[in-house]
Amino acid sequence: MATWTWFHKLSSPPHFYRIAGRLIPWFAIPAALLIVGGIYGGLVRAPADYQQGDAFRIVYVHAPAAWLSLMCYTTMAAAAAVGLVWRIKLAHALAAATAPIGASFALLCLATGSLWGRPMWGTWWEWDARLTSQLILFFLYLGYMALRSAFDDLQRADRASAVLAIVGVVNVPIIHFSVYWWNSLHQGSTVLRKGGPAMPPSMLIPLLMCLGGFTLLYAALVCIRVRGEVLVRERNAAWLRELGPV
Amino acid sequence: MTGLSTGLGRAAWLVFERDVRLAFRRWEQVTHPVVFFVMVASLFPLALSPEPSLLRSIAPGVVWVAALLSSMLALDSLFRADLEDGTLEQLTLSGQPLGWLLLAKTLAHWCLSGVPLVVAAPLVAEALAAPGGSIGVLMTALLLGTGVLSFLGAVGAALTLGSRRGSVLLSLLVLPLAMPVLIFGARATDLAMRGETATGPLLLLAAMLILAVTLSPLAAAAAVRISLE
Repeated sequence: MATWTWFHKLSSPPHFYRIAGRLIPWFAIPAALLIVGGIYGGLVRAPADYQQGDAFRIVYVHAPAAWLSLMCYTTMAAAAAVGLVWRIKLAHALAAATAPIGASFALLCLATGSLWGRPMWGTWWEWDARLTSQLILFFLYLGYMALRSAFDDLQRADRASAVLAIVGVVNVPIIHFSVYWWNSLHQGSTVLRKGGPAMPPSMLIPLLMCLGGFTLLYAALVCIRVRGEVLVRERNAAWLRELGPV
Repeated sequence: MTGLSTGLGRAAWLVFERDVRLAFRRWEQVTHPVVFFVMVASLFPLALSPEPSLLRSIAPGVVWVAALLSSMLALDSLFRADLEDGTLEQLTLSGQPLGWLLLAKTLAHWCLSGVPLVVAAPLVAEALAAPGGSIGVLMTALLLGTGVLSFLGAVGAALTLGSRRGSVLLSLLVLPLAMPVLIFGARATDLAMRGETATGPLLLLAAMLILAVTLSPLAAAAAVRISLE
């Protein structure tokens, strides 16, 4: 019962607006520390890979971006489903705020992957399964944002794009496996695999720091963006006028 | 309300029959996508080379890309006319389950847009120098694949109903979702052209069709309701 009232309180825009504003530094500062530490550990302290030399170091940006591009899509679809089922406006705002962040991470993942592929595979772009499914994920984000922008009415945009996000999330595994079946060249998973990570701790710890840092960075960014969404949606509300100019 | 006294099967049949009858009155709605399909396929020999060995190697991909584009073109006619004359609203208010009625509508659309492509496929395959033995698999794969495309596309078409610039947006939404169909359809065709058995990808296409038939009318119904608000 207590969690339910807490949830209800959190889903009220004025309350969330205040909480999110207070949370931003709590996410942003650890994110900055972890990313700086992880990048330092990855670029300076970690040994060079026996096979890939220094080129592997781009993994400290590439892998967190890949992880977040997927996590953002899941978050977006979950938030959209919550918004559609319980008609919580804030959940729609969260989905809307997440989409551009997820798309940026997907693009970052593709760009760093392409930079990595040049010295390793000798080509900027390879029609490999993981690259291709990442590209399709990026297209899915673009479709979602295009559908949102096609409506003038925010509520209709919210609900229509929520249906699309849910249809998309049902399709993501199908796309993923069909693309794998089609072609694969990408190296296998290094961190999550049977028998523990295939990386020494000096390489692994900075990677985990970057993963954590990027995730916190997402949390900080989404707080800022949801606050923006709340401002747009509640622009005529009385509580905003009482808050004064922001 | 008389709507509730009509049985489910009868209601679905009425919707299906109405759509087929309307399509026969507006015949170009059926023929234009097929003509488009044949035209797109005939662009490739002009752009690349008329060399039969090259054409044979690209034929599976060309047929499927052309089918995909043509089905995007056909989707535009699925709901738009019904939205404009108020039929869609009547269906929503009829008291019958909307998902069920949309299932019938989409089936009609599949018969009117997918089946003509299947019929035109041997012509295109022959023009692209595909071996004769592969035509059966190509037609089966196209029949299953266009079904998935119709059902996926119905969701996209319903979502874009209330929006500006519908048709480009529709392609943006549906094409990424349709890529598995392209992969398995082209693979089945390719295997058949090499004289190997294509059962695997055909079964996967059939599985996707079953999934799409089961789930997409529900999503399409939710989308139609949002568009009509």
